[in-house]
Amino acid sequence: MLLIYCPYCEEDRSELEFRHGGDAHIVRPTNMADISDEEFEEFFFLRDNPKGVIYERWRHIHGCGRFFNAARDTVSDRFLASYKTGEPKPALSGASPASAQLAEPPAQIDETTEGTAK
Amino acid sequence: MRKYSIFAVAREAMRGHKGWEAQWTSPEPRKEYDVIIVGGGGHGLGAAYYLAKEHGITNVAVIEKGWLGGGNTGRNTTIIRSNYLYDESMNIYEHSLKLWEGLSQDLNYNVMYSPRGVMMLSHNINDKQSFQRHIHANRLHGIDNEWLTPEQAKAYCPPLDIAATARYPINGATLQRRGGTARHDAVAWGYARAASDRGVHVIQNCEVKGIRRGPDGSVSGVETTKGFIGAKKIAVSASGHNSVIMAMADVRMPLHSTPLQALVSEPMKPIFPCVVMSNSVHAYISQSDKGELVIGAGTDQYNSYSQNGGLQIVTHTLDAICELFPMFRRVKMMRQWGGITDNTPDRSAIQGVTPVKNLFVNCGWGTGGFKATPGSAHLLAHLIAKGEPHRLAAGLTLDRFRTGRLIDEAAAAAVAH
Repeated sequence: MLLIYCPYCEEDRSELEFRHGGDAHIVRPTNMADISDEEFEEFFFLRDNPKGVIYERWRHIHGCGRFFNAARDTVSDRFLASYKTGEPKPALSGASPASAQLAEPPAQIDETTEGTAK
Repeated sequence: MRKYSIFAVAREAMRGHKGWEAQWTSPEPRKEYDVIIVGGGGHGLGAAYYLAKEHGITNVAVIEKGWLGGGNTGRNTTIIRSNYLYDESMNIYEHSLKLWEGLSQDLNYNVMYSPRGVMMLSHNINDKQSFQRHIHANRLHGIDNEWLTPEQAKAYCPPLDIAATARYPINGATLQRRGGTARHDAVAWGYARAASDRGVHVIQNCEVKGIRRGPDGSVSGVETTKGFIGAKKIAVSASGHNSVIMAMADVRMPLHSTPLQALVSEPMKPIFPCVVMSNSVHAYISQSDKGELVIGAGTDQYNSYSQNGGLQIVTHTLDAICELFPMFRRVKMMRQWGGITDNTPDRSAIQGVTPVKNLFVNCGWGTGGFKATPGSAHLLAHLIAKGEPHRLAAGLTLDRFRTGRLIDEAAAAAVAH
């Protein structure tokens, strides 16, 4: 079970309190009726599904109820950062999103990102 | 290839079992193949076998990162059935079930297909209505599926608790008698042996690192840990890693990969005669020929390639099993593991052409790919050989997420994930 840091409650809480919300930073088109089928497919269905760092939404459904974003390594399941909705993607210096061998993120990333999140 | 038979067993018994040959060869890769299949699971190996057997294409390589059947082919709960709701699903799973019935003879390899019956429990009026709709759809399609009263369900599966006071009372069940289980490793090994015998190269411990494309955009081969291997056609059938492989050809997929867990108990005497599933409380269970209870848990909610899931997912399904079958409350669980499934937004598989010329994909089997193995492999071989989908797989196209012709099967497995 994951231990997830909610940037609004400023606490590590058990995964049971959270609902996964899919990929983060996907912008919903404001002119939905006008976009082409290809653009809709891209927005609605196609995903990178990365083996490495993923940026994803979580909702603290049994806590504050708010959505927030997180960066997580999908190989080790380790969180690299949690940040509030609307904030830009955090800089994960040294982390290579394409790296399949990223079993353990380098220590300094952990300190800087988790440090600022707290 | 020496045929397996009772005479072979007798002959080898007489001479100390020294005459058994390797089941498949492990050749060095050629410079170029007509077809390369990425992923040495049941679907990929089976496709190679049917390419050689039915389409006369033997200059084929199956490239596998690990060892054969080390991915989801060896990690699933081995359940076979075809009682789906929609035509597209029924077509392919029933095609598969028909192939399962003769697979051991076809491959000369005992895949231990056991049509012991797959029962799905109904707990409320909504379940009952939904299941009866399934039964009618199946019967119109020529697929066996029948309704059982709680008493009939208890007679078919005696460990079941049908008491009205049970935590999860049962108001009936469906039964597909031709459904059942098979030995999952044997499926990979049997296809590998039969394909290798027909000239297919099975290349293990060789990871695909890139897909090379020619000036016209069509595929020309794969970069691997054993160097570049040329190919006229490439089929990707890499289960949880399909997004990763397809990204090498710059194709984004409508997939997300999640862990799916299973577990087995300590071995016991034969006690559980069939497969039982309950979608409403998320439980499914059968007993292997070794005597272990084989139990499937759910998927985790987040994307992951960790081949490991959360303990709460496992305890959730065990809670339900203990209520449905009180006699199993004191059984010890022996092993637990996870596999990475690739799930589509409509939970139906994708098998078809891609925007890249001569690149084919077989993916999105999600949490229910094992039962589809022979059917999917057979139709994938047709797709590769002819360049267009077989009639039975015509609905499973990749472009349905653009056209909107989704197949809303809701769950590739009988339990929702």
